[in-house]
Amino acid sequence: MADLQAIATQVRRDIVRMVHAVSSGHPGGSLGCADFFTFMYAERLRVNADQFTMEGLNEDLFFLSNGHISPVWYSILSRSGFFPVSELATFRKISSRLQGHPSVDKNLPGIRMASGSLGQGLSVAIGAATTKTMNADQSMVYCLMGDGELQEGQVWEAAMYAGSKGISNLIGIIDYNNRQIDGDVSDVMGIMPLEDKWKAFGWDVYHIDGHSYDNMREVFATIDSNKSNGMPKMIIMKTEMGKGVDFMMGTHKWHGSAPNDEQLATALAQLPETLGDY
Amino acid sequence: MALKTFGNKDTRSGFGEGLRLLGETNPEVVALCADLTGSLKMDAFQKNHPDRFFQIGIAEANMIGIAAGMTIGGKIPFTGTFANFSTSRVYDQIRQSVAYSRKNVKICASHAGLTLGEDGATHQVLEDIGMMRMLPNMTVVVPADYNQTLQATLAIAAWDGPVYLRFGRPSVPIFTPEDAVFQIGKADLLVQGTDVTIIACGHMVWKALEAQVQLAEQGISAEVINMHTIKPLDTAAILSSVAKTGCVVTAEEHMMNGGLGDAVAQVLSKSSPAPQEFVAVNDTFGESGTPNELLKKYHLETTDIVLAAARVLARKN
Repeated sequence: MADLQAIATQVRRDIVRMVHAVSSGHPGGSLGCADFFTFMYAERLRVNADQFTMEGLNEDLFFLSNGHISPVWYSILSRSGFFPVSELATFRKISSRLQGHPSVDKNLPGIRMASGSLGQGLSVAIGAATTKTMNADQSMVYCLMGDGELQEGQVWEAAMYAGSKGISNLIGIIDYNNRQIDGDVSDVMGIMPLEDKWKAFGWDVYHIDGHSYDNMREVFATIDSNKSNGMPKMIIMKTEMGKGVDFMMGTHKWHGSAPNDEQLATALAQLPETLGDY
Repeated sequence: MALKTFGNKDTRSGFGEGLRLLGETNPEVVALCADLTGSLKMDAFQKNHPDRFFQIGIAEANMIGIAAGMTIGGKIPFTGTFANFSTSRVYDQIRQSVAYSRKNVKICASHAGLTLGEDGATHQVLEDIGMMRMLPNMTVVVPADYNQTLQATLAIAAWDGPVYLRFGRPSVPIFTPEDAVFQIGKADLLVQGTDVTIIACGHMVWKALEAQVQLAEQGISAEVINMHTIKPLDTAAILSSVAKTGCVVTAEEHMMNGGLGDAVAQVLSKSSPAPQEFVAVNDTFGESGTPNELLKKYHLETTDIVLAAARVLARKN
């Protein structure tokens, strides 16, 4: 596989092209998480892209709770071999397997649960992790959530359960970019102190720079060394919404808006084609 | 003519016994409960299989999500709580994580309808059948007595896909033979008749049988169908019966809007319209009271089915 930076740049190109093509979708958070998804699928997750099964026995499972950043997930899944890259051109179009928010009803490989209505993914991940334990399956379960998503009450039901019951084969990740649709998370409804909250709920908490592969490697190595401490792990991942496209950074405006033709050209000029466009 | 019974028991105990049996026979069955283990009669499963029983606490949304996730890897989760907290409280979780995602979760709901009694309207869900039958991919099963609830519990474990199983709190007559075959989607024709069809589900099936006896004493021949599966609905059973009788009474411990009666009316209006009367709760919340007081006040008694039959017969003729 190409080097991570090259993959992430192509993923970012895919994202802006996909949302531009249908004048809808969520580029901001997708761009912000491009480095993380690249790292996960290129280096971290033990998954079988060629023979996807819903059961995922003896594979790591990844759940995207903040389903609106589907463009980044679809891009990395196709670039990892789960389905043809050409299918990215169908994103959000009628009868496509690439629904606006991830779904399983059209059998898109790589996806095991619908998401989009926020706050549900962590519960699902707990369930999947519990089944892995019952099946004596040593692989891990991951769940990415948005920071604004933490305003949903169900997240804290799940947080309390996983901490209380010691679901130790579960790793949660919070995309901490401090932005949501209506503005900064801290203005809309504050979620701080984030680390203390998760610690208080019984989680082992880590911090990651969501744009540094070296930092991700280092922190995940620490997490691995603490694997058997009996606690669920939560990673607070600092990211920049819109990362990689200058005019999409520093604002919440690109959470759910697509670029026009001119803006697309500007964005693509900052994102050289590395693996070939779809 | 006296109706034959095998004693009285609550339907939730039928669920508990069915779950206990599944514990012995199907290692993939797991059970989740939101702090109502005793009320749901899940104690035996919990005691026999502590490693497959999950106490979630008072967090129903989380319970549905966990159950959905547990299916990934092959488990068959049975969730247990009151019907209200099994449906209206967690509708979006069921919609996205169970129904839309086609997860093999069995949502088992006790204390449905008015006969929950004294707890009052906050707990007396009367909209659950409607909510659940509107969801694509969802199967809706409403067994009538202890024996049938037990068999239904076994049947839904073998059924691939999301299921809503609705049962109740009070002790009610058992009339289904212990060895009766339960087939999801296949109605039970309990009594054959020629003048009027009575289609009922849940606790109201026994009252439909009682009404049939009273109608017979008046010289009216009523056919009684136990529609234990609301979805997929046995449309053939409805159409063939109404082709014979020409009119129908539906009876359910549920809101008139959205329930069994609506489902039957939809079938008839599409292919063979016939006069129909609805014995159901009419656009109102319940309240505190004993189950029998509530059934009387909200017109869900045997008499109400008899009166509805008379009304529908008058419209037919």
